[in-house]
Amino acid sequence: MAVLEEKQLVFECETGNYHTFCPISCVAWLYQKIEDSFFLVIGTKTCGYFLQNSMGVMIFAEPRYAMAELEEGDVSAQLNDYEELKRLCLQIKQDRNPSVIVWIGTCTTEIIKMDLEGMAPKLEMEIGIPIVVARANGLDYAFTQGEDTVLSAMAQRCPNKKIEQPKTIDSFGTHLFSKLSELELNLTGFRSKQEKKHPPLILFGSLPENIISQLSLELEHQGIDVSGWLPSKRYMDLPVITEGSYVCGVHPFLSRTATTLMRKRKCKLIGAPFPIGPDGTREWIERICQACEIQPSGLEEREAEIWQGLQDYLPLVSKKSVFFMGDNLLEISLARFLIRCGMIVQEVGIPYLDKRYQAAELDLLQRTCLQMNVPIPKIVEKPDNYNQIKRIQELEPDLVITGMAHANPLEALGINTKWSVEFTFSQIHGFTNAKDILELVTRPLRRKENFQSFGWKKMVK
Amino acid sequence: MKLAYWMYSGPAHIGTLRIATSFQNVHAIMHAPLGDDYFNVMRSMLERERNFTAVTTSVVDRHVLAQGSQEKVINQITRKDKEENPDLIILTPTCTSSILQEDLQNFVDRASLESNADVILADVNHYRVNEFQAADRTLEQIVRFYLEKKKRSNLIENKKTENPSVNIIGFFTLGFHHQHDCRELKKLLKDLNIDINLIIPEGTNVKELPNLTKAWFNIVPYREVGYMTALYLEKEWNMPFINITPIGLIETTRFIEKIQSILVKLNYDINVKNYIKNQISCLEQVLWFSKLHTRDSSILNSTEQTAVIFGDTTHSLLMSKIFVREMGIKVLWSGSFCKYDSSWFVEQIQNFVETLLITEEHAKVANAIAKSEPKAVFGTQMERHTGKRLGLPCGVISAPIHIQNYPLGFRPFMGYEGLKQITDLVYNSFLLGPNSSNLFESFGNNLLYLDSTNQILNDTVIELVNWSESAKEELLKYPGFAREKIKSFIEKFATKQKIDLITLDLFYIAIEKI
Repeated sequence: MAVLEEKQLVFECETGNYHTFCPISCVAWLYQKIEDSFFLVIGTKTCGYFLQNSMGVMIFAEPRYAMAELEEGDVSAQLNDYEELKRLCLQIKQDRNPSVIVWIGTCTTEIIKMDLEGMAPKLEMEIGIPIVVARANGLDYAFTQGEDTVLSAMAQRCPNKKIEQPKTIDSFGTHLFSKLSELELNLTGFRSKQEKKHPPLILFGSLPENIISQLSLELEHQGIDVSGWLPSKRYMDLPVITEGSYVCGVHPFLSRTATTLMRKRKCKLIGAPFPIGPDGTREWIERICQACEIQPSGLEEREAEIWQGLQDYLPLVSKKSVFFMGDNLLEISLARFLIRCGMIVQEVGIPYLDKRYQAAELDLLQRTCLQMNVPIPKIVEKPDNYNQIKRIQELEPDLVITGMAHANPLEALGINTKWSVEFTFSQIHGFTNAKDILELVTRPLRRKENFQSFGWKKMVK
Repeated sequence: MKLAYWMYSGPAHIGTLRIATSFQNVHAIMHAPLGDDYFNVMRSMLERERNFTAVTTSVVDRHVLAQGSQEKVINQITRKDKEENPDLIILTPTCTSSILQEDLQNFVDRASLESNADVILADVNHYRVNEFQAADRTLEQIVRFYLEKKKRSNLIENKKTENPSVNIIGFFTLGFHHQHDCRELKKLLKDLNIDINLIIPEGTNVKELPNLTKAWFNIVPYREVGYMTALYLEKEWNMPFINITPIGLIETTRFIEKIQSILVKLNYDINVKNYIKNQISCLEQVLWFSKLHTRDSSILNSTEQTAVIFGDTTHSLLMSKIFVREMGIKVLWSGSFCKYDSSWFVEQIQNFVETLLITEEHAKVANAIAKSEPKAVFGTQMERHTGKRLGLPCGVISAPIHIQNYPLGFRPFMGYEGLKQITDLVYNSFLLGPNSSNLFESFGNNLLYLDSTNQILNDTVIELVNWSESAKEELLKYPGFAREKIKSFIEKFATKQKIDLITLDLFYIAIEKI
C-alpha cells in the first residue's frame, strides 16, 4: 500500500466520468416524506426507465409520482408545453388531489429550454394547486443533489409568519373538550419558548420521521427548541422562516438549499459537521448550542456511551482500509466517522464538494486524522471510475464503497464492496443510528471471513 | 406529453446496449448526461455479471450544451480504444442527447481514423423506436457492417460447412430466460445432428461475423429481435431462415419439421419423425398432467380454468397457443405491449383467442384483468403485482422482469424441457390460487386459530407495561413490518429494568440497545 504522508487536505479533480444515480431519483424518497405531494418528472423514456428500475418494488405501490413523458411533438415544439402540462396536472388533481405538485425538470427540458419556472405560477393560478419547480437534471447534478434542488425551491415557499391561531377559549365552542389536549400542548410549547430565548431554529434535510424525533429530542435535552423542519411531513405544514432565523443542515449535499436560506430568506447558517456517527452528531449539537448561546451538557458522556455500544464492531474495522469511489456526497462525513472508528481511508471520491458548506465537516475530518494519527485521505472531486479501478487494483483496499455497476465485478476480482446507495436509504443520522452505519460497513467484512475457508478469491480470468 | 408510471419496453439505447454488450470485446459509448448509465447497474445486478459492463459515457454537461462536444466524444472513443482494445466501438446517443443534433457520424468517422477498433454509430431514432426495435436494428447494423466489409475486401468465400449447420440469431443479455432457452435449443439441434455455426450476439466475437454465411440456414427464436438480420441474410446472402418459436409441443414439432423441410430443399436427407416420437414419449408425464386436468377438473374443485395472458409478442402468442391447444384452459383474452408489431400479432393469434388487448398502458391491462375475473394471470412483473392486488395468482412469462426471473437453475421455455417447466408454472399458479384458498375456506380456516393465540400473547405483554402517548406515537413512525418487533423488544427491555411506563426517552434508550 502506498503510504500517504499528507497533513493537509488535498483536493483533486478528475474527468467526471463516473457512475452515479440521476438526481431525479430524489422523488423516490421525497414523495414518501412529503405525504401530500405529487412529483411530476418532465422528461423522456430514459428518465422513466431509470426511475422504474431504480425504485424497485416501490413502483408497484401506486407512488405519488409520474412521468410527463415527452414525445416527438413536444421536443419539436409542435405541441404547446403549457397546454400539455395543464392537461396532465388537471388529471393529477382529479385523480390524487395533492397539496402541491413538484415539477422535476430534466436534461431534456433544459436542452429544449422549456420555461418551467415561467409556466408554473400561471398554471398554479389557473388550477389552484401550488407548483414547485426543481431542476434536478443530470447535466448539472448528481444523485442526492436532486433533493437539494427540490428543498431549495421549497425554501422559497415557506411562510414568513405564523398563520393566526384562534386566541380565546370561546372560539373553541363545543369542541372545547377535544381541543383541550391540543391547547395544553400549545401552552407547554409556548412556555418552553419563553424560557429559552434563542432565535427560531429550522433544520433542513429530508429524514424519516423517527430520526427527526430522535434529533429533536437530543436538542431538546440541551434546551434547544426546533421550530421546524424543511421539508415537513406535509407541504401544508412547511415551517415558518423569519428573517434572522438560525438554520442548520443535516445532509452534506444541501449547499444550494443553504445558500437559498441565507440569501433569499436572510437566515443565519450554523456551520457544523453533519450528524452522522456519534462524533459528527456531538459536534453538530455543540455547534448549534454555541450559536444559540447555550452551554451544552452531558454530550461527552453521551458520545462515550454510544462508542461503548459500538465495541463489538470496532475490532472488525480497526486498521482496515476503505476506498470511496464517490457517488452520493455523503462520502466526507462517512470517511470521517470511519477514520474515527479506526479505519484507514485511501481515497474519498465525491461528485461535488462545496468547501464552504462542508467547511466544518472538512475541518473535523482533518482533526480526526491528526488525532487518530493516520494520513489524510486524498479527496477526488468528479472522479474517473476507470482510473479509480486501476488505483483500487493497486491499493487492494479491504473495502470499496461503490455503486452497483462496479460492485459485482469488483467482488469477482476478490475485492470486498459495499453498495453506496444503501447509505442514502438507511437510517444513519444521530447517536442512535451509528450502529447501523457500522452494520452496513462490516457486513461485507464479516461475510468475507465466512467465505474465506472455501478458498475463493478471484472469480474471473 | 403522456402521463406514464410504468413502461413495458425501455428506451432505444437500452436495446442497442444490450446487443453491444452481448458481443465479446465490443465497447459501447453513450453520448449522454450523467446518470444515464443505469444500464450497467441493471446488467450487473440482474445478470449478476462478473465482468465490468463495457459501457461508458461521453458525458454531456453544461459545457457541451454551450459549445458542443467538440473533441470530447472523439477523445472518449480513442481513449477506450487504447484502454480496452476492443474490436468494435459503438457510439449511441440517448433520448436527451439526440435532441442536440450533433453530427455524431462525423465524430465516428474521425475517431475511426485514429483507433484500431472499428467504430460505428447506432442508427436508431430515439423518439420513434423502443428497446426491442433498436436491438433488432443494431444487430442487423453490426452484421451488415462486417459482411459488407468482407464483400468489399473480396474475401467472399461463400462456402458452406460440410455438415448442416445453423446460426441462431437473437439470444442476448437481459432477455427473458435466454440463457436457458439457448442451452435447450443447442441440445435439440445436437440431437438432430445439426452443427451450430454461430450464435449471435450472445458471447460471439464480432471478428467471427463474416463466418455467418457458412451456415446452411438461420434460426430466429424470438419475434422481437433477430428478424431484421435474418431478412438481410436471406436477401443478400441467400440464406433461408426459420422464425417459428419452439415453445409448446405443437410449435416445437412444427419447428423441427421446418428444419427438415429446409434441409431437404438443400438436398440433405433427414427424417425427424422418430426423433419427435421419442421425445414425446419422454413427455408422458406432461401429457398425463394435461389430460388429467382437462378431464377431471373436479380435482381442483372448480369448473373451468380461465386465464388471461399479457406480454411481448413471442411469449404472449405462444402461451396462448399452448393454453388453448395443449392444456384446454380458456384464454379470456391475450395481449401484447408491442404495439409496433400488432398487425403480425393479431394475424397470428386471431384463430386462438377471441379478445385481444394491445396497449402500452399497464392501467388498461389491470382494468381488463379486474373486469374479466380470470382464475390466473400470466404476464410480466407488472401483472404479477396486479394479480397480487386482486388476489389472483400470476405466472411471469415475459419481460419486464425482476432478479428472481433470472434463475440459476435450468428453466427454459423452449423445446421439450421447456414444456415441463411451463407445465409446472401453469399448474402451480392455478393450484396456489383461488382453488387452494377455496379449499381452506371450505374446510375451516386454521389460520384464524393461530391469529387468536398471537393476540393473546400480545395482550399479556401489554398488560405488564404502559406506553406514554408520545412513545406510542413514536412507535407508529417506524415501518409496519418492524413495529411489532421493536415494540416487543422495548417492552421486554422495560420489564427487565422494572419500569412500567415507556416514555419517549426510554423508547430511545431501548432502541440504542437493539
